[in-house]
Amino acid sequence: MTWDVVLATLAAAIKAGTPILYATLGEILAERTGILNLGLEGMMLIGALTGFLICSMTNNPWLGVLAAIISGGLLALIHAFLTITLRAQQVVSGLALTMFGMGLSGFIGKVVIGVPIAGYFRPFDFPFLSQIPFLGEVFFQQDALVYISYLLIPILSFWIYRTRPGLHMRAVGENPATADAMGISVAGIRYLYTFLGGCLAGLGGAYLSLAYTPVWLENMVAGRGWIAIALVIFASWDPFKALLGSYLFGLVDAVQFRAQALGLAVPSFFLNMTPYVATILVLVFATRETARRHLGAPAALGIPFAREEKT
Amino acid sequence: MNEKVRMEGIFKRFPGVIANDGVDLDIREGEIHALLGENGAGKTTLMCVLAGIYSPDAGTIRIDGEKALIRSPRDAIHAGIGMVHQHFMLVAPYSVAENVTLGLNKPRFLLNERKLEAEVGKVAQSFGIQVDPHAKIWQLSVGEQQRVEILKSLYRGAKILILDEPTAVLTPQEVRELFATLRQMAKAGHTLVIISHKLEEVMSLSDRISIMRKGKRIATVNTKDTNPTELARLMVGREMLFELHKEKATPGDEVLSFCNLHALSDKGLPALRDISLSVRSKEIVGIAGVAGNGQRELAEVITGLRSATSGKVLVNGKDVTNNSPRQVIDQGVAHIPEDRKGAGTAPNLCVLDNLMLKCYRVEPFKNGPLLNLGRIREFAAKLVKQFQISTPSLETPVKLLSGGNVQKLILAREIATFSELMIAVHPTRGLDVGATEDVHQMLLEQRSKGAAILLISEDLDELLALSDRIDVIYEGKFMGEVPADADQIETIGLMMAGKKGEIQQPVPAGIRAQA
Ligand SMILES: Nc1ncnc2c1ncn2[C@@H]1O[C@H](COP(=O)(O)OP(=O)(O)OP(=O)(O)O)[C@@H](O)[C@H]1O
Ligand SMILES: [Mg+2]
Repeated sequence: MTWDVVLATLAAAIKAGTPILYATLGEILAERTGILNLGLEGMMLIGALTGFLICSMTNNPWLGVLAAIISGGLLALIHAFLTITLRAQQVVSGLALTMFGMGLSGFIGKVVIGVPIAGYFRPFDFPFLSQIPFLGEVFFQQDALVYISYLLIPILSFWIYRTRPGLHMRAVGENPATADAMGISVAGIRYLYTFLGGCLAGLGGAYLSLAYTPVWLENMVAGRGWIAIALVIFASWDPFKALLGSYLFGLVDAVQFRAQALGLAVPSFFLNMTPYVATILVLVFATRETARRHLGAPAALGIPFAREEKT
Repeated sequence: MNEKVRMEGIFKRFPGVIANDGVDLDIREGEIHALLGENGAGKTTLMCVLAGIYSPDAGTIRIDGEKALIRSPRDAIHAGIGMVHQHFMLVAPYSVAENVTLGLNKPRFLLNERKLEAEVGKVAQSFGIQVDPHAKIWQLSVGEQQRVEILKSLYRGAKILILDEPTAVLTPQEVRELFATLRQMAKAGHTLVIISHKLEEVMSLSDRISIMRKGKRIATVNTKDTNPTELARLMVGREMLFELHKEKATPGDEVLSFCNLHALSDKGLPALRDISLSVRSKEIVGIAGVAGNGQRELAEVITGLRSATSGKVLVNGKDVTNNSPRQVIDQGVAHIPEDRKGAGTAPNLCVLDNLMLKCYRVEPFKNGPLLNLGRIREFAAKLVKQFQISTPSLETPVKLLSGGNVQKLILAREIATFSELMIAVHPTRGLDVGATEDVHQMLLEQRSKGAAILLISEDLDELLALSDRIDVIYEGKFMGEVPADADQIETIGLMMAGKKGEIQQPVPAGIRAQA
């Protein structure tokens, strides 16, 4: 294999990892406030479809992305209403959201299956940085949404660890009763970050239909939402580690894709399976590691909060 | 003195109970006002109403004579009210400074840790509270955490400070420090409300005392015009004895012995380091020590809930080291755990289910693979009556019972069948005087029936009253053994602080015989 192939595979890994990265970041935001949203897959699908529809109508991918963000956020608000206001089981509500997203996108999407779109996100050389040997080729000959994700990581990390709103957000996820007693609006913060989490999931979905493979296919998210949920644990709720995990999966994906293209004598089913198998393996080891080092989940993850409830 | 707070007709109902039934209470500016009452009388509920945690179904609150609308903790903070809850409201992974400034909007956005810590440190100093603003909460002792809680309220400019059973988990030394701080605060014009079950403390600290019973305030007295006997009568509605009838010890055969025990804590650090002891039938051996020095681990190792890394545990001469809890139970070991809601009961299950947790697999409570519910009902009803567990019904979830009644339920279950060995950990923590006396009586009864009892407690008065001899544990080691005499208090206190040379423990006879 030549250098070129290696670099191309690495660049493809970044591309493949980006939708997962967005979704993982979104889930990190929600889970940091104590809301587990298993609806990621559904929100990504709706985001992918909405983005694709709007883009095909307007020929403007940016409007598509905007619509995807809003639709993902709105879907997340359903989850927020059910689990925060009505205090429904978070797991049940999240699963319902995923099924809803799958069904709805499959139904509405029928009209645009196979329809090509003209305007979508194409890679371009990032001024100056793309000239760096190796790194430039891997990281800076990508599309705009990838560049935005580079920016998002440090911003979120800074927000979570270094600002007062971030402190309050983490406090709500660790100990909502204490946050409440200190005058912080637990429900307000949970609504906000569940919504933002949905927005990022929608964006992740839109990346698939507007940049990665600019078409609409039924169920095109193909389990990436679930991988993202697993990655949140691997990342121990940290944006930078989420980046690492997402690109790792992107790499597995890119390699198996290349292997298929080379026509390896392995049935393609097995190759398709590799990212999911890798998820399971990584989860087994990551959870053991996090348990050993007490890098636990936010203490109140999945637990509804009511001020007067006796625990 | 001016009236600072007036609560009028406070009414608060929870599903199945009326916690506050039209309570009137007035608190004067600059006083230390104590709130007394049996478990479940509604003290915490009343104060949570004042602190905005619970919204009352009826009633008004006046502060400085003006009607105050308190609908949330935020409103209460604005009204100058701060509360130190019994279970501390702190975010464990955060630093002291972060906890103290939680919820405030200063600084609005950027957190500059160093500046924040300096600021918090300055305020702490101005109130004479000693605490390291940089330390993380989980690194602090219970006493230090409490100081953080107090500081949190003061930092927000609270003029009225409520403390819910603040001394329940403190060492005698820490209690003295706390009281000094509180007196100083009162002198500076703060108004304090303190909930406590310890009559001596209330007598020494407060200016006035209000007594609650069954959701109502039934009396308010000036502390200097009253005495513990009267207070107890007001609370319980009957005369209290305050004297335990304890027969002279006539120890029999060795029932429990352990030797050279080592074990790790949850964090994987050494919790028990080479400790040995034996307990004979008809005797109570007390373990004194500041919380977190290995007491919980010791109880867990003996009862099979934690594994020993080395050493031996014998019950009636049989080696039960690292046996399963079930095997240990089958040896006749009863356990009253520290954590009533975790290890002691299943809080969401009802009274009936919790009472039968230990006996459902023996005749006559089982019927082949099925439960004999009729028998079980009869048995549970009998226990509820015999141990005076106050519960609306046998079907009430245990989490809705008051602390004292949960503890009585555990005792009832553990004592129901005679056990030869009983491990009791903080058996009266948080219980009112009546329930405490009941529990003490039950333990002494078990002793005269022939049980060997290992009593782990932080309450020196309790240890001295019940035990026949006392061992002091410090950082997982025994510092020495003293007879249970009141004049040993100083020695015990010193050993609890780790200040006395270690005393070599004799190897228990049972283990010597095995070796
Ligand atoms: N959040 C709640 N939900 C349901 N019931 C409750 C709640 N809080 C208190 N209760 C019930 O209300 C009654 C009064 O409880 P409260 O905690 O005020 O008593 P207390 O006087 O503080 O007792 P203790 O001395 O045991 O702390 C009890 O029967 C209790 O079980
Ligand atoms: Mg209480």
